[in-house]
Amino acid sequence: MSDSNAALAVSIKRMSKSFGDIEVLRDIDLEVKKGEVVSVLGSSGSGKSTMLRCINWLEVPDRGSIHIAGERIGVNEAAGRKMNNKELATLRAKTGMVFQGFNLWPHLTVIQNVMEAPIYVKGMAKDQARAIAEQLLEKVGMSERKDAYPFTLSGGQKQRVAIARALAMSPEVILFDEPTSALDPERVGEVLQVMKNLSSEGYTMIVVTHEMEFARAVSDQVVFLEKGLIIEKSAPDKFFSNPETERVRKFLELSN
Amino acid sequence: MTEWTILWEARETFINGLIGTLVLFVLSTLCAFVLGCLAVYRLEAGDRFSWVIRTLINLMRTLPFLILAYLLYYGLPQLGVRMDAWTAGFISLIIYHAAYFAEILRGSRLVMPAGLVEAALAHGFTPGRLFWRIILPQLVIKTRPLLGNQLIIALKDTAFLTIITVQELTAAANSAQSTYFIPTQAFVLVIILYWLISICLELALKWAGRFGAKRGFDYV
Repeated sequence: MSDSNAALAVSIKRMSKSFGDIEVLRDIDLEVKKGEVVSVLGSSGSGKSTMLRCINWLEVPDRGSIHIAGERIGVNEAAGRKMNNKELATLRAKTGMVFQGFNLWPHLTVIQNVMEAPIYVKGMAKDQARAIAEQLLEKVGMSERKDAYPFTLSGGQKQRVAIARALAMSPEVILFDEPTSALDPERVGEVLQVMKNLSSEGYTMIVVTHEMEFARAVSDQVVFLEKGLIIEKSAPDKFFSNPETERVRKFLELSN
Repeated sequence: MTEWTILWEARETFINGLIGTLVLFVLSTLCAFVLGCLAVYRLEAGDRFSWVIRTLINLMRTLPFLILAYLLYYGLPQLGVRMDAWTAGFISLIIYHAAYFAEILRGSRLVMPAGLVEAALAHGFTPGRLFWRIILPQLVIKTRPLLGNQLIIALKDTAFLTIITVQELTAAANSAQSTYFIPTQAFVLVIILYWLISICLELALKWAGRFGAKRGFDYV
């Protein structure tokens, strides 16, 4: 625990990552305060998803450090070694993740998907997990389908269940990896609405997205990645109306 | 006295044989399935020991079942390890079919979408819970027709054990036919009995099929 990091949900310092010879992330610095929404923009292949996946150690960065709620992930600093699976799992349980491809577990019903981690990761009693799951499904508007199996749901419905599943662990931060990119345009709105509600409830969120309207309306910080570098990091008003770099200006022009 | 009434007189032999076959089949496939699952779990680690398990599975699959039973019952005593026919029979059935169960599950594991595992890791699952709660249930549901097929093969493999003097159904037929000289009737009877057990397995498989279909799992 380092106290200076305690008010931050996520703190990334000088993080770099290569796949073979290709450097996908270089010296990434990012601080996310509790309750903040950070949108991560950039073209495909800029390293956005890799950055997000490093935060919960689905990808292992080569250099740098990441703290979640003040605790360093991947490295047990007290013991001076890499975290073992159990330590890693304990810290990962403090982050939620929502994927582009939903990744609901197909053998479980909607409500079982939401209850699974609280019961088998946190050791919560079944009744309590069920009560929480019912509440969360209500929040994302999926109560009526709670006993359905995932394959019977539309993409938007699946993603809303996946959001409820992430919320069930009361995470310090929720990582969204292009949550609406696999949805048809009509379904995008229902997922974005749920995410907007979460931000107004004070959830900390890091959102990799191509939804400019969402980024402008909901974020506290917008981060722009280009070839593995953060080339711009600013408040949404400034980012969208008066960007610092030519690259972002061009990006915004092309996406309008 | 017709041949069929002789069979009726010898019913006790057949009933004991049937019970023997059922006990062999149920116990050994249960143990084999558990052992197969444990093997696949251990393969997840991807270390040197996983490689050893992989090799053992492959070796077992190249071996004819009867040779394995022979080896355990007739070969091992030469090395000072002696076991009775039932023990040798059980062990050979268990390790042989465990290898096949493991191979069936392993094949399905290879094509399982990585995202389903990542979702569990991201939610804080440890490798153990991840395997038993998230991975294995999906593998079993997905491979249910193959697992069912393997059960039927295991049932028929129990008949080989008559050769190492295990008193199961085929041994019962053999003893009845050589005592009363009624080979046709004796063997037709046991064929019917094996067939009845297989029908029960088929029904269980049908149920498993519906269980999976309800969850949107297609056949492999």
